[in-house]
This record gives sequence, C-alpha cells and structure tokens, in this order.
Amino acid sequence: MTTERPRYAEEASYKIHGGCGLMGICDESGKLMSGEDAILAMAVQHDRGNGLGGGFAGYGIYPEFPDHFAFHMMYHDIQAKEEVEALFDQYFLVDLAEPMPTRPVKGITDAPLLWRYFLNPYPSKLEESELSAEDYVVKAVMNINSSVDGAFVASSGKNMGVFKGVGYPEEIGHYFRLEEYEGNTWTGHNRFPTNTPGWWGGAHPFALLDWTIVHNGEISSYGINSRYLEQFGYKCTLGTDTEVAAYLFDLLLRRHKLPMELACKALASPLWDEIDRMPEAEQAVMRSLRSVYGPGMLNGPFAIVLGFNGGMVALNDRIKLRPLVAARKGSILMVASEESAIRAVIAEPDSVWMPKAGEPTIARVKGMDWPIHGDLHLDPSEISCAVTGTERSCDTVEVTA
Amino acid sequence: MPTSFIQPEFKVKIDYDKCHKCGRCVQQCGWGVYNFNERPIPDDSKCRACHRCVTYCPAHCISIEKNQLAYRDNDNWSPAARKAVWRQAETGGVLLTSMGNPLPYTRIFDHLVLDACQVTNPSIDPLREPMELRTFIGHKPDSVGVEPDGNGGFRLAEGEGMKNNLMLDTPILFSPMSYGSVSLNVHKSLAMAAQRLGTFMNTGEGGLHADLFPYQDNVIVQVASGRFGVSPDYLSRGAAIEIKIGQGAKPGIGGHLPGEKINKEVSSTRMIPQGTDAISPAPHHDIYSIEDLRQLIYALKEASGYKPVGVKIAAVHNVAAIASGIVRAGADYVYLDGFKGGTGAAPQVIRDHIGIPIEIAIAAVDQRLRDEGIRNWASVIAAGSIRSSADVAKAIALGADAVAIGSASLMALGCHLCQSCHTGSCSWGITTQKPELTRRIDPEWGAEQLTNLVHAWSHELQEILGALGVNAIESLRGSRERLRSIGLDEQMNKVLGVKPAGM
Amino acid sequence: MPREMAPGVTEGYIKVAPKVTRDGDKVTIDSAGVYYKQLNEAIRSQIADGAKHIVLENVNGQRYIGTGVKAKDVKINVHGTAGNDLTMFMDGPTVEVFGAAQDGVGNTMNAGKVIIHGDAGDVLGYGMRGGKVYVKGDVGYRVGIHMKAYENLVPIMVCGGKARDFFGEYMAGGMLVLLGMNTQFAEQPLVGSFVGAGMHGGVIYIRGTVESWQCGKEVGVTEADEADMAELKPILADYCECQGMDLAEVLSEPFIKLKPFSHRPYGKMYAPM
Repeated sequence: MTTERPRYAEEASYKIHGGCGLMGICDESGKLMSGEDAILAMAVQHDRGNGLGGGFAGYGIYPEFPDHFAFHMMYHDIQAKEEVEALFDQYFLVDLAEPMPTRPVKGITDAPLLWRYFLNPYPSKLEESELSAEDYVVKAVMNINSSVDGAFVASSGKNMGVFKGVGYPEEIGHYFRLEEYEGNTWTGHNRFPTNTPGWWGGAHPFALLDWTIVHNGEISSYGINSRYLEQFGYKCTLGTDTEVAAYLFDLLLRRHKLPMELACKALASPLWDEIDRMPEAEQAVMRSLRSVYGPGMLNGPFAIVLGFNGGMVALNDRIKLRPLVAARKGSILMVASEESAIRAVIAEPDSVWMPKAGEPTIARVKGMDWPIHGDLHLDPSEISCAVTGTERSCDTVEVTA
Repeated sequence: MPTSFIQPEFKVKIDYDKCHKCGRCVQQCGWGVYNFNERPIPDDSKCRACHRCVTYCPAHCISIEKNQLAYRDNDNWSPAARKAVWRQAETGGVLLTSMGNPLPYTRIFDHLVLDACQVTNPSIDPLREPMELRTFIGHKPDSVGVEPDGNGGFRLAEGEGMKNNLMLDTPILFSPMSYGSVSLNVHKSLAMAAQRLGTFMNTGEGGLHADLFPYQDNVIVQVASGRFGVSPDYLSRGAAIEIKIGQGAKPGIGGHLPGEKINKEVSSTRMIPQGTDAISPAPHHDIYSIEDLRQLIYALKEASGYKPVGVKIAAVHNVAAIASGIVRAGADYVYLDGFKGGTGAAPQVIRDHIGIPIEIAIAAVDQRLRDEGIRNWASVIAAGSIRSSADVAKAIALGADAVAIGSASLMALGCHLCQSCHTGSCSWGITTQKPELTRRIDPEWGAEQLTNLVHAWSHELQEILGALGVNAIESLRGSRERLRSIGLDEQMNKVLGVKPAGM
Repeated sequence: MPREMAPGVTEGYIKVAPKVTRDGDKVTIDSAGVYYKQLNEAIRSQIADGAKHIVLENVNGQRYIGTGVKAKDVKINVHGTAGNDLTMFMDGPTVEVFGAAQDGVGNTMNAGKVIIHGDAGDVLGYGMRGGKVYVKGDVGYRVGIHMKAYENLVPIMVCGGKARDFFGEYMAGGMLVLLGMNTQFAEQPLVGSFVGAGMHGGVIYIRGTVESWQCGKEVGVTEADEADMAELKPILADYCECQGMDLAEVLSEPFIKLKPFSHRPYGKMYAPM
C-alpha cells in the first residue's frame, strides 16, 4: 500500500498529560433521553476543557438496528473509505451505510469523512472463523485500525455510538446533531490536553465494542500500570491514562471475572488502615486484591465513567483528588464533574451527593445483562491492536483479511 | 631484606599538647596500634582507619591521615596494584578482604534521577496524607477468585487469594549476616530492630541463637551449603526460609569461618564443635541444577508447614534466566545481591571482579519475569550497596519489591568501612567474637540506631512518593517511567528500561 | 487556546452582560446562562456604583462569585448552585447561597461571611485567614484545610452536616466546627479519616465523638469543657440564626475538642546535616 495518508492511529513514546470534565447519565428504567441533555451538561463545564477534544457516547440510540453492530468510522480520504468498505463487503452483511448526519459548525475544522454502518458478520464466514460474533467484530476492528491507513473505528458496539472530535464538546455534539438521538445512557467528555495531538480519534470516549471510557485526571502510576498490562499482552501505545484504564477493566472484568464492585476496589484500593479494620473475610479479599493487583492500582487523581450497554459506572481515586458529583431523580442516575452540570439537566433532583473516594457509583438499566462484552474471548494483544491500531500494538498480532 | 615493601597506609597523628595521657586509645583499639609509654605511641602499620580511637578520645587529639608517600606516577600501576603484588610476593597468599567492592565502577544509581509532579497531577503531602509503604513478600496468584458471600458481598473462593506472604511495614529488610561473622549483640540488635520496625532480619548461614527466639516472627532463617544450625526446630522458628546460593561479594565462592571464631555460643548455634573451622562449600551439594533447587525448596516447604521459601543469588551475567528458573522452581522470593554487596571475608580478586551491578540485575530480572508473565509469582529483594533512601526508591522503581541493607545497617552500629572484618578484631565490636570487643554493642542501643536509620529512610521514601504524586509504594514499584538517566549510554538505558533525561 | 463559540451551539453560558434591575442600593441580576466573566463584571461594577445588596437569580455553576471582592456592608444573595471558587480571596462582603456550593469555597478568604443553605464540596476554606463560613449541610473532602489565623484575623467555619476525610488537615489556626445534624448520610460516620492530620494550630469542635483511628497523630481529643463551650456558644448562636436552627437542639449533645499537641509537630523529623 503506497500512501501518504496518516495511519489514523497515534503512538506516543511519552506519557500524554491532560485534565478534563465529564458527565454520565443513565435512566435505569431504560427510558430514552435526548442527546441534548448530554451536550448541555458538558456545555456548563466548558471551562474544564480547552477546545482540543470533546466527545460523547450514547446507548440505545439505534432502536431500528438493535442487533446490528454499529460502526462509526473516521476516514482521512475516499480511498480509505473504499478500502474499508471492500473489507466490509467481504466479511459483513451491511444493512445500511450512510454518512454520519452532521451540520457545519464554525470552529470545527479538519473533520475526517464520517460514516456509519449497521452490519452483521456473514453467517457462513462467521461459522468458518469459529469465532464468536464479538470476536469476529473486534478482529475486523483490529484489521481496519492496523492495516488501512487513514481509517479509524470510533466505535463498534450494538445499539450505541461514539461521537467525538477536536473541538469543545458542545460544538462536537452540535456538529453530530446529537439532539436528534435518544439514548438510555449518555457519557460526555471535555478534554484539556497539555499537548495538542489534534487527532479526532484521540478524543474521548475511548471505545471497544460497546464499552466506552471517559476520564478526568492524571494517573501518576501510569508507568507501572502499563508495564503490568504488558505482562498480559496489552500494549499501551497511546500514552494515555484512558487506554490504561480501559485495559485494566478488560483484564479484571472480562479475563479475571471479578465483579464490578471488586474491580473498582482493585483499581482504587482502600488504604491498608481501612483494610485492617474490616471483618476478617472481607479483609482477606481486600488484602489479596490489593496485593495481587497492586501494580494495576490507579494512583493519582482521577474520575472515570465507564459506559456500556446496560448501564454505567463512575469511579473516583482513593483519596478523592478529582471532583465527582452524583444525583438521582426517580430512575435517572447522573454524575458529573460539577453539580451545575447536573442541575442544568435535572431541574429538581431527588438527591445530590458526592460519591465516596474509591467507591463506585453504579447504574444498571433494568432488564439488560451486564457486564458487558458478551461473547468476547480475544487475547489482550488483539484487544490493544483493535483499539489503537498502531504499529507497536499490532506487530505481534497476525491480522488476516 | 626488608620485612615488607608495603608502607603503612595511614598516619596516626596525636596532638600531645592536648593529650590527657588517659590511655583510652590504647584500650579502644582492636588492632593493637597503640603502646603506652607515658603517652600513647602509635604503630602506623597496624592502623585500619576505623576511627574507634578518634571517636573515643576525650581530648579529640587524634587524627588519622593518609600516608602521603609519593609513588612515581603511573595510571596503569596504581599504588594499590603495586601493593597487591608486593603482598602476594611476600606471602604467596590469596588476598583476603571484606565489605563491598570499592573500585570506581560506574555507580548506576548515581546516574538515575526521579520524577516529581508539577501542575498536571498533584504532589501529595507525605506528612499529613496517607503514604503507604506496606509491602508483601512472597508468591501472589495472577488473579483473585471470589464468590458471593450471601450478604451482597464477596468472599474468596476455595483455595483462592494470597497466602503465606511476609508483611513488611517498610520495604527495607536487614541482609543476612551470620552469627559468627558478626557478634551475637549485633544479631540481637538487628532482631529487636526488625520487630520494632515491622520488618525482618536474616540469620545468615550461622543458625539462630536462643536469645533471638523472642523475635523469631521477624527473622528469616537461612539455609546455606554448610547447613549450620539447620534443624526442624530452626526451620519452624523462622518466619520464612532462605536458600543461600550465592553472595554479591563472592559469587561462586564458599565460606570459611576460622576455628578461633567458633566459641561456645557460636558452636552451639551452628551445631558444630568448638574450635573447628566452619566451612561452607561453594555449591550446595544437593543442588547441581535447577530441578534440584526445586527439590530443596519443596523439602523446606514440607518441613516447615509451607512457609515462604526464598532464594538468594549473586547477580551474575545470566541473572535474568537464573531468576526465572528460581521462580519457576517455586521460590516465593528471589534475593538478588549485587557486586557491591558486603562480606565478612572474601578473596579480593573475587569481590572486585565478579558479578554485575544490582541496578542492572533488578532491571533484567524484573523485565524477564514480566516477559514470561510470572512477575506475580515471586517477589524480588535487591541488595548490594543500598546506601540511602534514594537508592531504595530507585531500586524499587526499577522493579524490586523490597531492598535489604547490610553495610548500611552495620554502619548504623558504628562500622566505618575499614574493610577488616576478616581479621576478627573489629574495634567496634561488630565482626568479632572477642568478648572484650563484642560487649561494646549494647543491643538496646543498637536496636535504636537501626530503628532510627530505617525510620529516617522510610520517611524519606514517603517524601519521594509524595513528590511523585502516589501514596502507595506499589505505584512506584517497577514504574521506570518515573526514572530518567543522566550520562548513561543508549545500550545501558535499554537494559535498565529507562529513558534519558529530557525524553 | 480559548476561542469564540460557534453560533447555534447549545451553550452552558453566553458571554453577554446579564439583565440588571436596580432598586436604590438593591440590585437584582438574572444570571441564567450568563458566563461567569460577565456576571462578575456586573457584580463588581454595581458594587463600585454603591450597590449594597445584590441578588443573583438563576445561578448555576458560575465560577468566582465574590472572588477578590473587597467591600464592607455588601450583601450578595446567590440563588442556585454556586460554582467553583466562591468567595476566594474575598475581603468583607456577606455572601448567602440559597442552594449548594461546589468545590473551593472561601479559598484564602480574608474577611466576610459566607452562608450556604445547602451542601458544599471539597477543599472548603483552603488557607482561609479570616471571616466566617457557615454551611448548613454536608461537606466534602479536605474541609478547613490549612485554615490559619494571623493577628486579629481568626477564621471560623461551621458545617451543619457530615464531613469526609481530611477534615481540618494541616490546620494552623482558627476554629472549625462540625455538627453532623443536617445530613443525607444517616448511616455514615460523622466524619471520615485523617481528622486534623498535620494540625498545628487552631481548634476543631465536633458535636459527637470520633474514634482515635479517625484522627491525625498530631491531635489530642478532649471533651469540650465550660470555657470551650463559652467560646463556642456565641458562634453557634450566630450560626443558628443564619441557618434558622434551634440553638438548644444544637447544644443538646456534648461536643469534643481537638487541639494539636504541638505548633511544631515535625520538629524531630528532620536532622540538619
């Protein structure tokens, strides 16, 4: 392949720093809410970012295609699009391909070509591959991100999508016409990177299948967290905390099958003094968790919202160095970096509170299974390659197309 | 013929105008430097520059100076090299020395600098906010299996969870130093300090004296090739058991405690007759290969009710592969001893020319264990010239779980690094069995000195963690991203897994 | 690189001057959707114009209200959720919030009074040197952190609900009071861990008790005696008046007092070389 197109994946040989603002809202009854609410919550937190990255994830937004994998694609040029579509034609039944609905917004420049596809694996090819549908899809994501220059998969889950780019989140939301979508769960992010990658794919949320992460803060333990993950085959090539957090959740929840509550406790461990005061059985669990997963503990200030089909989880660092406020109104749970973001969306919440450091705030959509990721069995190295598609994360992964 | 070509290394200067003529220097010197004839008369040739007399002189009238005797310039033939030739020509002997390698090899720790937080993430105040140093040494599973406890919570599933680890309140242990090479009072000081600090002392290969039984929960008992004092009782008393394969100061070399040091107490502790030489063979004669090590590890586990079993090795060229083998053989920790580690007696040629620096050994071993996905299976303890809390932090950032200190702990008890332990006449009462010298260390005082030192280093570690913006030692452990090198070449940076400053 | 927002975008705030209604020395400002810069400019210019009572309607998250304002006899009423850094560096005015306050209230405040009729967030009263902060409800982490007193400046903070970890951390002066009464966390402890960690001046009063493990190693805990209560009572009376609470009920439970053992808690930690 001869091209001067960018790989559309970005490797950082250094740690990327940044601060941010975030939000998450989930109606546990499954009722749908307009994307406008998510935009508004981020708009109120405008000053938490610097216009170099904004984005949203919405769940339940494609009721007309609930069982299709929804690919949100970013293309540098038409050639990249053609190459990816050729791959799609080969491996998937594409039931709808269309440009992402956008509107011109002053200030949003250099947007890539944005397309979305609703597709499913060819049954015969899926059978031949002996993979689960999820594995099959992640392999395709890996293939596109690593081998098609100028193409990037922003999200690939069912009945959900990631809308992100370079700009303030309210501009990005407006650009993607989010007010025209309705979802049961939304997360949003406002980025304040201290370097300027200017790469649309590098904005948050960070996604794999239906799993998304938005993150505010700075993980001071990045060095050991990434080395720890490398042991299991993950490759942290983006140099961001979000990438590390995403892989840690994948490791703990999917591969080590920890319950969400304990995965959160491993990532934001209680202090030893607190563990020493726990009842014996709980102490045994926490001692083991902390000792075994110590290298994975996220140390330093952070607030994270993990979104997925079925709900969301918000988590703070263990000594509460980043802001996080939660509120409930009826079946709606909302979190944000600032209370004003909540009040902009929910006029009169039943309760507003500050979650405790290191204790997850969890919303589950009624009737939906979780955790998440359905039938995924791939290796960490394949996960990394799928997510980032960089040379370094894919060099040991055999990609067949 | 002259009796020796070798001139005294030091000059003992006494300001007789100030001298009280009290004779304390005569009494304090373990080397017999002083004769008293109305006033103390020093014999320079016996002086080791241990400063015992200087410290105890009430008039502060003694100073030790280097003998400034000029040698014809020759960068190739240093005075030390010439003296070694003369000494061996005179004696025909293997040059014997003690403590750690003093040659001017690159001190890698001094070419590594740590990071600090500025703006993007906050530093943390170590005095007010929690700053956790607690460290577990031992095997950890790769994951933790849990099951619902029926009350909405979770409990460990059958057979799951971390077992049989040593809990340390600070990631600093005391290195193995045998009773015999050091005095019983030194052993007692170390044991009492370990208990107060929530860490561990290590018997070395000379057995466990009954006076240390009250502290046994903070004692690691060592099993070396000489098997001195090793019995079911000994194994049952230790908190953990350590197989000593080698020592940084003398890799591949056995030990030899001369019969004159085997007094009644040493004899009963080592379970060998008084006055006979205590000889440790170079290898364990039941370990000629890695599978034999596995056999011994499990023999010790069987005999001790499955206590943690560690393996101490000298850092040598192939240390990463060896450590990997040790971990796969079932060891709960690997103790790496770098080539600057101390000794009570070793051939100088071995001490000064065999082995590799601890910094490199840590980096290579930690990376290998990660590459093989077995880093959780065993802890790594690093030793071999840990001189300060900065060295501790750098060793941990390179990948060590904890460090052990030998030379520094003896310095806390008065050692001045005169490198004369092998003489058995330590004026400070540390590496001697002479009762008039050993009583110079009061264990209570010794324990306090050691406790102070480790407390001070621990506080400094907390300051470093705070600057790094993390509040638990596990977030620094192996976090090489927080290190940068200055003045190391590219290859070395690669081996260490660190970037040069500025990148 | 801040830049102007594109038109048509849903904005949290718009950079236009707010609607101001003046009635003698009383001013009402509709803050709905007004960017903090324009809002605070309006507040400052009205004070310069002699306004004594400023009512801010429809506040939601605007930062820096009252920040750096130096004025006597000025009262600012905030209706809604006050944004970050409310009353930072403030010197004199009285600010009353009918709603909740976010993080960083009273940061390095010199003088004045802040009355919050709701909850307040983290890092409340950081480095506060004088004045009063009265919070009705729960407060977050690191409340009263490094409050300090200087000459006749003695800061006072009373929190009516419960507090999280690091309450009174590094406290160097002034008075910090926790009542634990108006809380939404009935099941949780009165206060988190590390109470008074690093405290080396001032005093903390808590209505109720704390376990010794909750306290920093630098503080001693005693029951508040008569002299203490004599010092505390007028402050609680003022607090109750401001918050519409019953003083007798507040005083119906005993208080404990936390004082630092030393003004120089780390004197022995350092060894000069």
